[in-house]
Amino acid sequence: MSQIQAGGGLRHWRSKLINPVLDKEFRLRMRTSRAMWALFFYLFVIGAMTFGFIYIMTVMPSGSSNSFDPSQSRLMFYFICVVQLGLVAFMAPGLTAGVISGEREKQTLNLLLTTQQSSTTIILSKLFSSLSFMLLLVISTLPVYSVVFLYGGISPKQLLLVFLFFTFVMVVLGSLGILFSTLFKRTMVSVIVTYGATLFIFAGTGFLYLLMSQVMEMTQRNSGTGYNPADYGWIGHIAAWNPVAAMFSIFDDSITEQVFMTRGGSTPPPIALWQEFLLFYSAVAIIAIVMAIRYIRPRYKRSGNGKG
Amino acid sequence: MIEIEGLTKTFGSFQAVKGIDLTIAKGCVFGFVGPNGAGKSTTMSILATLAAPTSGTVKVGGFDVTQHPKEVRKRIGYMPDFFGVYDQFKTIEYLHFYGASYGIPKAEREELIPQLLELVNLSDKKDAYVDTLSRGMKQRLCLARCLVHDPDLLILDEPASGLDPRARIEMREILKELKAMGKTIIISSHILPELAEMVDEIGVIEHGSMVARGNISDIQSKLRVKRVLYVRLLDRLDEAESFLRDQPLVGRLLRDEQGIHVHYEGQDEEQAALLMGLISSGYRVVSFSEAQTNLEDVFLEITKGGENVV
Repeated sequence: MSQIQAGGGLRHWRSKLINPVLDKEFRLRMRTSRAMWALFFYLFVIGAMTFGFIYIMTVMPSGSSNSFDPSQSRLMFYFICVVQLGLVAFMAPGLTAGVISGEREKQTLNLLLTTQQSSTTIILSKLFSSLSFMLLLVISTLPVYSVVFLYGGISPKQLLLVFLFFTFVMVVLGSLGILFSTLFKRTMVSVIVTYGATLFIFAGTGFLYLLMSQVMEMTQRNSGTGYNPADYGWIGHIAAWNPVAAMFSIFDDSITEQVFMTRGGSTPPPIALWQEFLLFYSAVAIIAIVMAIRYIRPRYKRSGNGKG
Repeated sequence: MIEIEGLTKTFGSFQAVKGIDLTIAKGCVFGFVGPNGAGKSTTMSILATLAAPTSGTVKVGGFDVTQHPKEVRKRIGYMPDFFGVYDQFKTIEYLHFYGASYGIPKAEREELIPQLLELVNLSDKKDAYVDTLSRGMKQRLCLARCLVHDPDLLILDEPASGLDPRARIEMREILKELKAMGKTIIISSHILPELAEMVDEIGVIEHGSMVARGNISDIQSKLRVKRVLYVRLLDRLDEAESFLRDQPLVGRLLRDEQGIHVHYEGQDEEQAALLMGLISSGYRVVSFSEAQTNLEDVFLEITKGGENVV
C-alpha cells in the first residue's frame, strides 16, 4: 500500500516537474543514435587528449625518471579543464542553435505554438533539455578526471567549482543559441551566428584585452606623466568577459590581480574575474532567454490582458 | 464563432490581406477558396494566433486573437497546409504529447485517444512510429491531433492536398462526421468540387480581398455563369452542330460521340425555343438537358482577373 502511495506521489511530482515539452525533448533526444555518437565523440576527444598529455609528460626528458608528480598532475587538471571548456564551447551552440529553428524547419513549431504551452515553458524546456544532455556529457568525463586524483595535486572543491563553472558557461552559450534559434528562421544561420558569438566570447574578448593592454601601455609610457600600470587597470574588466581567464581565476587568485594591474600594490582588485564573469554573463543569459520568450510567438501591437 | 472586421496583413511592402470582413456562425462549415498566394493561409494563421494582424479585429468565440490568444487557442484546432511530425514518436505517443500540451490529464487521455484513433481509422497503427505512416495517415493523425482538446472551431488549411483519391475520400468522410458532430469548420482548398458536398458557405479570396461570399447556388446565380446544355441526338450530329452554330446566344460547342455540349447565354424562354427549333428541323433529339455548372466553373469565373466582384 505504502509502495503504491509512494509510486503515486512520485508520479505526481514527476508531472509537476516535467511538462509535456520537456518530456518530449528528453524522450526524442535519446531515441536517436546522434546522442550516443555525441557522447562517444566527446569522451573520445577528452580521453585521447588526457592520455596524450600523460604520454608526452612521461616521455619528455625532464631530468627525472619517467614518473608523473603532483605538480604535473595539477598542470594536467588545468589542461583537461581547458579542453573541456573548448568542448563545451563546441557542443553548446551545436545542441541549442537549432532547437527552435529546427522545429520551424520541420514544420512542427506552428503546431506546438497553438497548444496551451506558454512561450516561457517552451523556451525553458528546450534550454533545460539541451543543458541536461550537455551536463550528461560533462559528468561522463568524471572518470577522466579521476586520473588526476590518482596522482594528487587537486582538491575535490576545485573540481566541484570548475564543474559548476562549466554548467554556467553551458547556460550562457545555450541561452544565446536558443535566442538566435528563435530570431533566425534558418538553423544554418542560427548555428553560424551562435558559433560567431562563442568565438567572440572565447577569442575576441582575449584579443581585445591584449590589444587594449598594449595600446594603454604605449599611451601611458608616451604621456610623460609617469608610467603606472594601475592607471589602466580597468581593462581587466574586458578580461573578465573571457571564460578561460575567469576559469583560471578560480584556480589562482593572483590572475585577477595581474589583469587589474594591482599586483604588489596596496589596492585590491575591484572584483574577482570569475565573479564579474558570473554577473556579466548572468545578465546576458537572462536577456537572451527573455528575448527568446518574447519573440517565439507573434508580437501583438496592442497590449491587452492576454499573454502569448 | 468567427468575426473578422477590416483585417489587413502586410509583409514589408507586400499586402497579403486587404481588408477582409467575415462572420461565420457556430456550426457552419465554411469553404475558403482562392488561388495559391491569395491570402487564405495568412488569414488562417492569424485566426490560429500564429501571425499578428496589421490592422482590423479578429475574434474567435468572442475572444480577440491579439488580446486573449490563450483563450482562442483553447477553442481552435489548427491543421496547417504543410506540417511536420515528430518522427521518433509512436502514433499514440504523438497524441498523448499534444493532449498533455493542452492540459488534458493522463486518465482522460487514455480514454479519449483510442476514440480519436478510431475516428480517423488509425487504431491499428497506434504503436507504429509516425515516420512509417503514409502521407494520408499522417494527415489523418494531424486531424486527430486537432481534435484532442475537443475544440469548437477547426481551421483546416488544404487538408486534402497531396493525398491520393482514396485518401481524399477518407478525409472527406471524416470531415462529414465532424460536421455532423456540430463543429464549426473553416476549410481551405483550391479544389472546390471536393468541398461542394459538405460546405454550407464559400468565400472566394483573391489578391487578399474577398471577391465572393455566400452559398454556392447564390454565387452561381449572382455571377450568371453561362449555361451549358447537353443535346444528345440519334444521328446527324454534324448537321445539328452547324444548325446550333447558326442560332443566336450560342457560344462554344463541344462534340462527343453521342451529343453536343452547348455553351448558351440565353434564359429559359430562349432555351425552350432552341429545343423546338431542333425538333421542328427534324433532328431526332434523345435528350436536351442543362449540365450542372460545377464549382470549378464558378471559381474560374470569379477569379478571372478579379473582374466579377460580388
